[in-house]
Amino acid sequence: MVSVLDIDSLKFSYAGHDVFEDISLSVGRGEVIGILGPNGCGKTTLLKNLNRNLKPHGGCVMVESDDIADMTKKEIAQKVAVVPQTNEIRFAFTAREIVAMGRLPFQESFRGESSDDLRIIDDAMVRTDVMKFADRHINTMSGGERQRVIIARAIAQTPQILLMDEPTLHLDISMQFEVLDLVHRLAKEKSITVVIVSHDLPMVVRYCDRVVLMHDKRIYAMGKPRDVLTPENMRVVFNIDAELEDDPRTGNPTVRLYGSCGIGGQ
Amino acid sequence: MRAVWPSLFIGGCALLSRKSKVLLSVIVLALLLVVSVYLDLSVYGHSMLSPSEVWNALFGGDTGGVSYIVNRSLRRVVIGLFVGAALAVSGAVMQAIFRNPLASPYLLGLSSGASLGAAIAILFSVPFIPLGLAQPVLAFIFCLLTMFIVYTISKIGGDVRTETLILAGVAISSLISAIVSFLTYIAPSEKMGDIVFWTMGSLSKIEWNEMIFVVPVIVIGIALMMTQMKNLNAMMLGDAHAMDLGVDVRRVRLFLLVVSSLVIAAAVAFVGAIGFVGLVIPHIFRLLLGPDNRYIMPISAFGGGVFILLCDFISRLFASYAGVLPIGVVTSIIGAPFFIYLLCRKRSEVGW
Repeated sequence: MVSVLDIDSLKFSYAGHDVFEDISLSVGRGEVIGILGPNGCGKTTLLKNLNRNLKPHGGCVMVESDDIADMTKKEIAQKVAVVPQTNEIRFAFTAREIVAMGRLPFQESFRGESSDDLRIIDDAMVRTDVMKFADRHINTMSGGERQRVIIARAIAQTPQILLMDEPTLHLDISMQFEVLDLVHRLAKEKSITVVIVSHDLPMVVRYCDRVVLMHDKRIYAMGKPRDVLTPENMRVVFNIDAELEDDPRTGNPTVRLYGSCGIGGQ
Repeated sequence: MRAVWPSLFIGGCALLSRKSKVLLSVIVLALLLVVSVYLDLSVYGHSMLSPSEVWNALFGGDTGGVSYIVNRSLRRVVIGLFVGAALAVSGAVMQAIFRNPLASPYLLGLSSGASLGAAIAILFSVPFIPLGLAQPVLAFIFCLLTMFIVYTISKIGGDVRTETLILAGVAISSLISAIVSFLTYIAPSEKMGDIVFWTMGSLSKIEWNEMIFVVPVIVIGIALMMTQMKNLNAMMLGDAHAMDLGVDVRRVRLFLLVVSSLVIAAAVAFVGAIGFVGLVIPHIFRLLLGPDNRYIMPISAFGGGVFILLCDFISRLFASYAGVLPIGVVTSIIGAPFFIYLLCRKRSEVGW
């Protein structure tokens, strides 16, 4: 598999403390990868380093073999799209206006949308099924609807890489499946590389081709969910008593949660 | 019955698409522009001139007293349009970069900052530099300084906090107003009038040769701000959203703060602090047309100009009977209740 995203010994510190260090990872085209770890382990910070919203203190990030440190913000945005964690928007932009902003990295200051832009915007809206509320205001939408509009915007960016920060947070359970089904399908149909940061074990196990387990500022384990999410690893990283088993109905692995390992992590 | 019409109007607009609303607004504004230019030119003592009298005075080769008065009025019409545009566009820009409905040149203390600069220039005449130069220069420097202080205070603790921003603006603004009041109090009587004139605003004192400085600054400034319309749209979603879309948020914000401060300083340097234009005008159009700055900024420019001219007309008409009514008082008397009306009726529509 051709690798699209290469992270090499990435390190980031905040106020003199290392948030993470020695992160090295290659992600292939069309691959869906989940970065798992407990709250506060630096997952979101890692994600922000991948499009240079934050500048790392060591190592580098390569997108299609180009170091993003040498790219302008616009150039990065042409290849990397983000679906951020908090999507609360106060202004009454319509869904279509928000999706159209996905073309911003490709436009000159005074140019309107070209016919190509309009076609890409329409396509993104159809794929994410937001056409039906194209003219509704974003600040009147539910969390799931808003999430889909933001995903549509990211698709309209025609990215090589899609970064998602806790995409299931604040969503109803059925909407969680819907959103991740959508993202998984887009990854495979449009060969977009997807990096999902989450602490939602069951969803990551279900939808990610590969899992990166973060613990103690570093990558603790990485590979197929079946190989990485062993009872031992889950105990160490999440302090839970859990195991993966094959679901008799789907044949895919599913996570069985028994409970916490107790205070102090015995 | 009277209260029904505005809501019918706004309700009717909801049925139109945004594009046709923009077209409608442009047509209505163009008509209002012609009317307001005529009205402001027509004031002649206690009476009003007819359109044909105004036309003859301007273009008819008539050199009598009427022509003299109308041509003096023309000066205030021109500067009024540019000052209104400057205040309204800057207000729109500030509301967008701070993502805050209350951000405006007036509430952030910029106008009072400029007033302080002007007051100092008037009071302590700078040696070798004529007042005509020292006043706008000091107004500009104090305007920038105020913006810097307010912004720095609101940034304490990391992110730019909306609440801190407003509080900092209000606090700095009252502090500066207090200093201006003090300077006014200790000023010799011939200078006191000049300072008071400043804090209320007036279009009457500017001369054509001063406009040669003001108008280009405003025009170039507005043009520069307009290059960032799309980036501003992205920034209205939040700084992180904008960065993800490839906008260099820090650079764009700094650029816009400097340019808008410059434009405001140039605008208020000669006509004084005129409130509520920068606050109300962008809100009105955002309410009617949605938040897209590609419509809001250019249309606010025209709306601001028209609003200033209408207020100037009212202030002059009233002044011809009652002695004096500064334009800053009129803009506030009209602007504040209208803003309250918008706030009560359509809060969710505007998005705050």
